[in-house]
Amino acid sequence: MELQALTYIVVGFTFALYIGIAIWARAGSTKDFYVAGGGINPIQNGMATAADWMSAASFISMAGLIALSYGGYGGSVFLMGWTGGYVILAMLLAPYLRKYGKFTVPEFIGDRFYSKSARAVAVVCLIICSVTYVIGQMKGVGVAFSRFLEVDYDTGLYVGMTIVFFYAVLGGMKGITYTQIAQYCVLILAYTIPAIFISLQLTGNPLPQLGLGSTLIGTDVYLLDKLDMVVTDLGFKEYTTNVRLSGINMFAYTLSLMIGTAGLPHVIIRFFTVPKVKDARSSAGWALVFIAILYTTAPAVAGMARLNLMQTIEPTPGEYLAIDERPQWFKNWEKTGLLAFEDKNGDGRIQYSADPEVNEMTKVDNDIIVLANPEIAKLPNWVIALVAAGGLAAALSTAAGLLLAISSAISHDLLKGMLTPNISEKTELNASRAAMAVAIAGAGYLGLNPPGFAAGTVALAFGLAASSIFPALMMGIFSKGITKEGAIAGMVGGIGVTLFYVFQHKGIMFIPGTAWIEPGGANWFFGIEPNAFGCVGAVVNFAIAFAVSKVTAAPPKEVQELVEHIRVPAGAGEATGH
Amino acid sequence: MSSLNEDQAKEYWRRNVSLMVKLMVIWFVVSYGCGIILVDVLNSIQIGGYKLGFWFAQQGSIYVFVGLIFYYAKKMGDLDREFGVDEDE
Repeated sequence: MELQALTYIVVGFTFALYIGIAIWARAGSTKDFYVAGGGINPIQNGMATAADWMSAASFISMAGLIALSYGGYGGSVFLMGWTGGYVILAMLLAPYLRKYGKFTVPEFIGDRFYSKSARAVAVVCLIICSVTYVIGQMKGVGVAFSRFLEVDYDTGLYVGMTIVFFYAVLGGMKGITYTQIAQYCVLILAYTIPAIFISLQLTGNPLPQLGLGSTLIGTDVYLLDKLDMVVTDLGFKEYTTNVRLSGINMFAYTLSLMIGTAGLPHVIIRFFTVPKVKDARSSAGWALVFIAILYTTAPAVAGMARLNLMQTIEPTPGEYLAIDERPQWFKNWEKTGLLAFEDKNGDGRIQYSADPEVNEMTKVDNDIIVLANPEIAKLPNWVIALVAAGGLAAALSTAAGLLLAISSAISHDLLKGMLTPNISEKTELNASRAAMAVAIAGAGYLGLNPPGFAAGTVALAFGLAASSIFPALMMGIFSKGITKEGAIAGMVGGIGVTLFYVFQHKGIMFIPGTAWIEPGGANWFFGIEPNAFGCVGAVVNFAIAFAVSKVTAAPPKEVQELVEHIRVPAGAGEATGH
Repeated sequence: MSSLNEDQAKEYWRRNVSLMVKLMVIWFVVSYGCGIILVDVLNSIQIGGYKLGFWFAQQGSIYVFVGLIFYYAKKMGDLDREFGVDEDE
């Protein structure tokens, strides 16, 4: 069957599934809407968290980032950073926040720091970092739909918005959770099936995680040794040792992504949906198991696809690919503009080199690695259609989770918590749905008219979560002495420093030409790139909070009792809004 | 409400924190230690086709993270039962 028809069938089937689930799991109360009724079992919650967490960037771009932009070892910052945060979540945050038993993150910050201002600052931090993140996702939704369904970007985005609108507005957290479980199954199959085939073809080992460390089929040369040799021959740095800028930068980058992960509100609220404190602990473990299936496959996909790409362009040493002989998948991806070459020396061959003067592969986009994988491995069309459905599932599930975090901050924290505390549950539920609709429309608008900073947004969202929300939660749980003044000053200072550093190097709101410091590494603080600066912002946040708390009046006794109370699991009760 | 008196609550928290600290040390050693700081040293050891430091950075640390969380969940479950604060009535 034609690829296009197959794609429509597979994608159409998965959408019907998501919408069917949304109708089955529609929310009847604010408790359903915010925390899915509080009765999700930890394995289900782990699966939903994994889908929520793994965005279009994880699914489509990460392997390419590791293989191409970060040149192998340097890409480890994503692998360790985006998984290591779950250890922090499981031990330092999730069980205590679950014990506290409310609906939202700002609610905890407001109560622990006995101040509506603290809650308001937390809402602002949450909205800034969720909105920055959601813009990136909406772009992912638009790009994924337009590429897979061969419609234009705007149409793709409208289709995506409609689907998210339907299941998120109708079902709230409950609908989102069950839909995400289905989306996880789709995306993990779509990711691992091509990887298994490629591993089999190259090494004969069906497990990509082991295949990457195996010998190439029919030889006794290890895959990674071969890859190192091939890339260094063309003047690139060795794949297995290529550091991203510097060791300090690698360290800071990994740390920022870890604590950013632990501070992302849409991830944290997932742990409010399980029945017990001990479920919150194990649920983080299950989430990481499901994430690890993709994250340990990704380096194999990266290494193997890079080797395939290099060997396609240079089949035998010194003998480059003749333009007339390039394979079909190569031609297919030229049409999308993600792969491009230019025969500079006119010899009819495509020369690939680290030297920009000689290099004739003028464009190799990161996204090629996952998307072209099935074609490179000559897999049947249904696998390619499945990858399309997987990419869409990844983008949609993350967008839905973020939109829920934004809408609950608006309806529960702003409206119910601050502006009109006396509204009935029914009114609040309607307000949540309205807030969700507004959030989707707003995100859609930003997706259609992305501000100049769309490209850098995902990394920025992590930096902001790392520097504002994470330290406030940590101090709220682990230190009884932090005062409201300390917490507020810390959050403002942390997010301020991070924004300041990013903007001074990349431009105010990323508008070109407004950076007031020469771009490039010369002026970087200890050589730390702006994307990796969240951990420094977090240190600033902690330092300010402790200093200010020293000189302000100690927190009241009932707050100190609240901290004692959340440290012991018994009597957690159900998550409530009151 | 929690049924612990002040001393028990302190002891429960102390043991929780001490378990946490031990596990966070392992967390730090496998990721930042083996994957970044000592990567060059470990890369001189080769296991199968993997240089060890590279393996820790791209695969090994993730497996250890999963193990750490489940170990923590199990040990805390034991601790909850010991102090009678577990949630299974």
